[in-house]
Amino acid sequence: MLILGIESSCDETGVALYRSDDGGRLLAHALHSQVAMHEAYGGVVPELASRDHIRRISPLLRQALAQSGCSLAEIDAIAYTQGPGLAGALLVGAAFAESLAMALGVPSVPVHHLEGHLLSPLLSRTPPRFPFVALLVSGGHTQLMRVDGVGRYTLLGETLDDAAGEAFDKTAKLLGLGYPGGPALSALAEKGTPGVFRLPRPMLNSGDLDFSFSGLKTAVLVQVRELGGESALAETQRADIAQAFQAAIVEVLVKKSSAALRLAGLDQLVVAGGVGANRELRRQLDARAKKTGATVYYPEFEFCTDNGAMIALAGALRLQAGTPGKAAGSFAIRPRWPLADLVA
Amino acid sequence: MNLLALETSTDTGSVALWLDGALSERVFVTGEPAGSTHSHTLLPAVRALLDAASLRFADLDGIAFGNGPGAFTGLRVACAVAQGLAAAHDLPLIPVSTLEAMALSSGGERVLVALDARMGEVYWGVYCAGVAQAPLIVAAPQDVPLPEGAGWLACGNGLAAYPLLAERLQAKATAFQPQLMPAASAVARLAAPRLARGERVAAADAVPVYVRDKVALTVAERLAQGGRA
Repeated sequence: MLILGIESSCDETGVALYRSDDGGRLLAHALHSQVAMHEAYGGVVPELASRDHIRRISPLLRQALAQSGCSLAEIDAIAYTQGPGLAGALLVGAAFAESLAMALGVPSVPVHHLEGHLLSPLLSRTPPRFPFVALLVSGGHTQLMRVDGVGRYTLLGETLDDAAGEAFDKTAKLLGLGYPGGPALSALAEKGTPGVFRLPRPMLNSGDLDFSFSGLKTAVLVQVRELGGESALAETQRADIAQAFQAAIVEVLVKKSSAALRLAGLDQLVVAGGVGANRELRRQLDARAKKTGATVYYPEFEFCTDNGAMIALAGALRLQAGTPGKAAGSFAIRPRWPLADLVA
Repeated sequence: MNLLALETSTDTGSVALWLDGALSERVFVTGEPAGSTHSHTLLPAVRALLDAASLRFADLDGIAFGNGPGAFTGLRVACAVAQGLAAAHDLPLIPVSTLEAMALSSGGERVLVALDARMGEVYWGVYCAGVAQAPLIVAAPQDVPLPEGAGWLACGNGLAAYPLLAERLQAKATAFQPQLMPAASAVARLAAPRLARGERVAAADAVPVYVRDKVALTVAERLAQGGRA
């Protein structure tokens, strides 16, 4: 079966083609990121995101078709992100996918965005096997999930406030690093000296697998104020604070992931989401895994961020697992859609 | 020539089918039945219209849609659906201005169109014999520039929403149609000759015309106004 996947839940438009026969193969994967557009606004502006999605979606479809060498007539189903995400952004992808499916006479497959992320490691050259624990860390999510198979997910723990990537971006702003400052903050942290500043490890010993990162950001704010404000910071101080912040967040992520593996009785950890590209996080996770005999999987970076490939894959696996496709036509998006509501 | 037209720029949406000059139309309203939106109703209405005419999507020669101004989300629903339907069979897309469609529906020769833009403003267009006399604007009722001369026909729900505007137009207009709204049938009537002339717009360019384009302040603009980054 040939599945078209469309993603438009936030600030990335993605269109991909996935063939599910013979073990599955990604045929094409076109993506446009709006990060540069939102930069001037200091964050994602939902209305601007929607306006950009509608400009990009048709050209990306053409690009994906050209890459794959397939024609629309060969497509068997169209998967798209139904939620969660920005309502106006979701609506563009959903309306486009449903109408295309209707005119082609094929079913649609509405997909949960996080299911896409959870299954995205299977697109990797060295995929994990079910069951595994997934650490999903991005600007929008911080969750630990047990993944037993398609549609079989158990939430082990999640953030009670800010997502890890959000904490990176907000802290970067406090340090005058602009938006999205997460990657800049990580780069700066590499130059910092450990131990100069000490920041709290929120909920490190909470006894559960939940996270909280807003207090950490506040601790940085207090620290910056004590030093006379952002503009008064010396470059070394900035780097030292960045180092302390990253060390705190990484320590919590690593300890909780490790605890999740132990509690689940599993030895494969999959790291998905944009923060999964963080070098210090990878170093610490690898070091811990070496001690415990676990294996850590990092999907290629292009599959860590939002993309259409994971949506095509999730749609294909859903159909393979027997979930019936939806008759294209009337549709509804789900901007808020708890993963707990997702069933096989 | 078979042309499908979509119009969802306001709460009253519609789809129309033009078959060599014969028009059929279906109208649907947000919230009827309760909770329904254009996402629920638009595609089923398209299907029903085609079925009634025993047409398949592949039998269409083009897709037209009201491209604004109007409610941002509604504009994108019509646009995304038009793009999706058109892509399937590589059909030409014909975007049509909602205000131009209203001017046509009014039946007037010299028409002032005021569509409620919410937030205390109207989308405003001036048409003579169907031709726009100035770029479309969004403006507060007291700031709408009044046209030269008298004897105009004024239409659109902006007149009902803002009595001040209707009052200012008393000396200019001799007829008022405050209940007139954009309709897919008018979109189809405007699009059909364009399609026949071979006009077609690339999907990437067939995007909504919002008119209200300043929707957020940049960090620099916020700082300049004494706000926070």
